Amino acid sequence: MTRMKAIGHSPARFLDSIAQIGACGIFLLQILAAIPRSLRHIKETIRQVWFVGAMSLVIIMTCGLFVGMVLGLQLYYVLSIFGGTAALGTVVSLSLYRELGPVVTALLFAGRAGTSITAEIGLMRATDQIDAMEMMAVDPRAYVVAPRFLAGIIAMPLLACVFNALGIFGAHLVGVSWLGLDNGTFWSNMTSSVDVWKDVINGVWKSVAFGAVCTLIATFQGYTTAPTSEGVAYATTRTVVFSSIATLALDFVMTAFLM
Amino acid sequence: MNPESTTPVNAADALIRIRGMSTRLNGKTIFDGVDLDIPRGRITAIMGPSGTGKTTLMRHITGQLAPDAGEVIVDGQNVWRLGRDALFALREKIGYLFQNSALLTDYSVFENVAFPLRQHLRLPEELIRNLVLTKLQAVGLRGAADLMPSELSGGMMRRVALARAIVRDPMLIIYDEPFVGLDPIALNQILRLIRTLNETLGVTSILVAHELAAVRQIADQIHLLAAGKIVAHGAPDELARGETPWTKQFFTGAADGPVPFQYPAPDYAAQLGFGGRA
Repeated sequence: MTRMKAIGHSPARFLDSIAQIGACGIFLLQILAAIPRSLRHIKETIRQVWFVGAMSLVIIMTCGLFVGMVLGLQLYYVLSIFGGTAALGTVVSLSLYRELGPVVTALLFAGRAGTSITAEIGLMRATDQIDAMEMMAVDPRAYVVAPRFLAGIIAMPLLACVFNALGIFGAHLVGVSWLGLDNGTFWSNMTSSVDVWKDVINGVWKSVAFGAVCTLIATFQGYTTAPTSEGVAYATTRTVVFSSIATLALDFVMTAFLM
Repeated sequence: MNPESTTPVNAADALIRIRGMSTRLNGKTIFDGVDLDIPRGRITAIMGPSGTGKTTLMRHITGQLAPDAGEVIVDGQNVWRLGRDALFALREKIGYLFQNSALLTDYSVFENVAFPLRQHLRLPEELIRNLVLTKLQAVGLRGAADLMPSELSGGMMRRVALARAIVRDPMLIIYDEPFVGLDPIALNQILRLIRTLNETLGVTSILVAHELAAVRQIADQIHLLAAGKIVAHGAPDELARGETPWTKQFFTGAADGPVPFQYPAPDYAAQLGFGGRA
């Protein structure tokens, strides 16, 4: 009986999911329309850049360092099999600039900043603060949502750059300081192989896109949450899950186009 | 007193005119062809049992929630035909005190009250400061200007929300449960404030409240909302003496009457396992 019920519910759930994606698309258009009005509240945008960017630095730097150290260790071992340890700097930097930097930063961003954006807007919804703004003739999409959306787009590439820098530093620590790779070889191979436009800027574009997607999902989940503590809890969970899936799927699409 | 209908007010005298409004929410009929006039410059109380849609009625009036049918005309404008900019322009003339205060938790008491001024008017900081302190003085919280909402009691939050609702001297103020959590001193001062605003500035006030004694002191008329309709209306004293089953039950607080105290449920004894009807 339970299984029958579940089967009976699945088309409705499927349609509900499609409707959610459509609603998220409309929400994106509303945010884009609200951005010019949100520029009046530029201080709020700066505050949000601080909140989602600067406040995420510790986790981004720590994870960047350890990801770089693990990469250095693993790749040194693999490259030593082929006698190619001199390419460590090249391989680490390309991995970080092109893929790992933007993707891991986006996943960490979703967990740290995305959840807090969802919870904050969700609680504002639950405590009628969003309705109060509407009643004071202040558009919450311009005052609350758009500044966070812009902050995500601004902060994500900066965080990814910090992540990359710490990652390369971590790989250098392991490869050069610990395993004895030549310092000049590490840096010269890296600088000669990494192309600013093809590798670094493409990674930055990815970060911008991930920033937009993660903050769109976080703000949408918060804005449309059920106004209960359980609703806010579900919304924050959905933010992490959907942001992670969207980041990885978008990464594949962008990689295919930017290759 | 005139049960089952409202006294039509001259169109020019009515700030709010509602005709044939019907609403269903979650499969339940909230309003079933409600007609209601709110006269300008008067204090009108909307009373009724819990869950009869008093707050929903306010949401219809302010354009937050669309009714399924009927029209809501505020200051000569059909709220549900207004575009976003026109609706926001109308809302700038309305002060709304939310049931749970709805203070912005990231801002201090001062900044909460200053918020509507900063958003819509380009005023010198000195003037904003004076306006905010004046309103805070009126609600007795000038000394709490630097506190955060988390440092306030429920009653104090309500008074700050009231200061915010009146800071722009609106033409219409909607008070949704303004007396909940107020101590007798604060209650008395807020009653005087509402009456003063009405008398000195000619502000139209809608009061959603359950405290009959408080409402009787200041309201010019009461509309009793129940079963999806305005079941009675009139001056407070007239209504309190009313002989209809609705007014009798509501104003005496009797459990028996047209408004059931118990939410629909199966037979009590049967549910407790003591037999009775199945």
